[in-house]
Amino acid sequence: MNRMIEVKNITKSFGGFAAVDNISFTIEEGETIVFLGMSGCGKTTLLKMINRLIEPTSGEIWIKDKKIHEQPPSVLRRNIGYVFQNNGLFPHYTVAANIGIVPGLLHWDKKKIAGRTADLLEKLHLPPAKYLSAYPHQLSGGQQQRVGLARALAADPPILLMDEPFGALDPITRAHVKKDFSQLDELKSKTIILVTHDVQEAFELADRIFLLDKGKIVQAGRPEELLFKPANEYVRTFFEDQRFQLEVKLIDPTDYTSLIKAFTHFKHRPS
Amino acid sequence: MDQQQSLWQFMHQESGKLLQQTLEHIGLTFISLMIAVLIGLPLGIYITRHKKAAGLVLGAVGILQTIPSIALLGFMIPLLGIGPIPAIAALFLYALLPIIRNTFTGISNVDPVVREAAVAMGMTNAQVLFKVELILAFPVIMAGIRTATVINVGVGTLAAYIAAGGLGEFIFGGIALNNTNMILAGAIPAALLAILLDFMLSLVQKMSSRKRRLALWSMPLILLLFSSFYVLPLGFSSKLLAGFTPEFMGRIDGDIGLRSIYGLKIRTVVISDAVMYKAIFDKRLDVISGYSTDGRLKAYDLAVLEDDKKIFPPYYAAPVVRTEVLQKYKELAPVLNLLSGKINDSIMTELNYRVEYLNQSPEKCARDFLVAQGLYKVPREGTRGTIRLGSKIFPEQYILINMYAMLIRGYTDLQVETKTGLGGTKICFDALTNNKIDMYPEYTGTALLAILHPATQQIKNLAGDRDSVYTFVRQQFTEKYHLSWLPPIGFNNAYALMMRRSQAQQLHIKTVSDLTDYLNKNKL
Repeated sequence: MNRMIEVKNITKSFGGFAAVDNISFTIEEGETIVFLGMSGCGKTTLLKMINRLIEPTSGEIWIKDKKIHEQPPSVLRRNIGYVFQNNGLFPHYTVAANIGIVPGLLHWDKKKIAGRTADLLEKLHLPPAKYLSAYPHQLSGGQQQRVGLARALAADPPILLMDEPFGALDPITRAHVKKDFSQLDELKSKTIILVTHDVQEAFELADRIFLLDKGKIVQAGRPEELLFKPANEYVRTFFEDQRFQLEVKLIDPTDYTSLIKAFTHFKHRPS
Repeated sequence: MDQQQSLWQFMHQESGKLLQQTLEHIGLTFISLMIAVLIGLPLGIYITRHKKAAGLVLGAVGILQTIPSIALLGFMIPLLGIGPIPAIAALFLYALLPIIRNTFTGISNVDPVVREAAVAMGMTNAQVLFKVELILAFPVIMAGIRTATVINVGVGTLAAYIAAGGLGEFIFGGIALNNTNMILAGAIPAALLAILLDFMLSLVQKMSSRKRRLALWSMPLILLLFSSFYVLPLGFSSKLLAGFTPEFMGRIDGDIGLRSIYGLKIRTVVISDAVMYKAIFDKRLDVISGYSTDGRLKAYDLAVLEDDKKIFPPYYAAPVVRTEVLQKYKELAPVLNLLSGKINDSIMTELNYRVEYLNQSPEKCARDFLVAQGLYKVPREGTRGTIRLGSKIFPEQYILINMYAMLIRGYTDLQVETKTGLGGTKICFDALTNNKIDMYPEYTGTALLAILHPATQQIKNLAGDRDSVYTFVRQQFTEKYHLSWLPPIGFNNAYALMMRRSQAQQLHIKTVSDLTDYLNKNKL
């Protein structure tokens, strides 16, 4: 595996208050990382520093062995997809124009953009004939979020940043959209960082979870590591309320060891 | 009565002038609007990036907006002289606020998520501005431009005060001449223009976002096109430039008489008498229509051209009083008559000079004069009733009104209320007939030509004779309006053409006929 993103001693202070406090980590190519934590823990600030929507107070970020602060921000951002919680679609652009923004900035030719746009809409279950020339306000919340994802993926960037992408959707729509997302082949090869405060969502999607609190990473690891080998009391209590559902999610009934692990854990669980 | 024509007849008869004024008006509006957009739009964008400057900039243009338009034009004259440039500068300043404020508001109100999305996708600052912010703020910015346009059409009528033309020429000429048709011939097109432009811009404002970019880029062209209207109407030119007041322009004993009786052909701009004297002194004008007792005649060393064909009738000043008031307060008339015969032309010029040029207050000037004449008495602070004195808006009237107020207070138990600055003849006269004031000083010639409008034959019969005009006017006023003319004060403030003394001597021009000959011989 190749190293995709390397963050070294990154700090962001807002008037003396460190929203992100001296964090370092590396992310491998193709990994899906979830920044998990309560509001105000610094997870969104950390995410936005990766495409320079927020500039760090100190520290360095490297993408593919290139320092991001040495590239023009617009060039950097065109190679990083970004999905917003509230879709952030341009109200004055049609669905097709919205999806075509980044390819347009990269000077793709029009035919290629049109082909790519139709292809993405097809994959996200939005029939192009019906939706290409629609405006965002004519779409439902779930449809808008799908278009938002299509827009982020349009230029096929290697990295995708997602800021609470399902946060604004009602539970049923959220389930549908998540299903479409998870079935999307091109997501599998991408390095994805997703920010959420939803523990279930983190466990469903993450290869590794970075649990943040007060601007620091409290624990980084695979979901089961956080659940079964909590680094400290904060991590343990963070999952306490939903422990049962999370454990069930992790159990693979065909895998003996996972069953035993779960069982031993149940046994030692303080009641 | 030949002046009882319909509005339509008037507009038809003056269609050439009307077209020219309308084009000038559109031109003035759009030139200033274009400059305001060129400066206001970038400035509005700038303060969305530098919010600390926003308060300062919006505050400053807000203050500009509160300056009364006439005052703003007044400030412009020492800086920029007369003509279109100060008018455009003033209109530009008025148009700034709505444009800057709406640009700022429009861009500030763009959804921050949308703006962040634009940045996150890799748009440069310019791309965010032109592809997102300006397009989304377009309706709000257009609303600002709409407001500015309507303001400019309205304030643009005042351009006529400083020789910049436009529909104000008819409006102010009409007010001065008591000619409703003339007022409407200026006011109706100005109102229609405002409504039409407002409507057209409302269509632009509601454009779908797809067409907005086109509108944004074609806006400069459209502004430029309309702006060019100002230069299109070029009248004939002559070696000398005349500046006449709106009132003078429309009078038989004014521009009309000069053209028909003398055959005078001179390039003419319309200008307010407040700035006319300064303008001729500064050599921006060569001939003006002044008043023979004006103090500035002395101050600026101007020469009066002799009216050798007698087109300017006598203008003897006398108080015009509501007859009921004279009957109710028998003591009033004798007091007002104290002034009669006390002021001749040169005394009045001197008094005007003190006020206009030495900046004495009209009150001090009036008091000094009464004291010197032995007429001044300490006010009695009586409570018998109130006499309301009105005056037109120039110093001579202020001085006279102050004298009358002091006399009434000193010699009777009546109280006095002064309503000075009632604009021109029409406003004073209407105030008097509508019982809003009790008296004001009027001039025989003005009453004859601007109020009574007698038939041309009747005017000829009076033959510009001092006494016959006074008698005719007094009798007509008593019969028609129940107003009384008291005996004349003594001076004759007649219309007169004036030139700089040095230039008049150099060109050997002494009479209006000399001027006509000079212009005919020296055609361009």
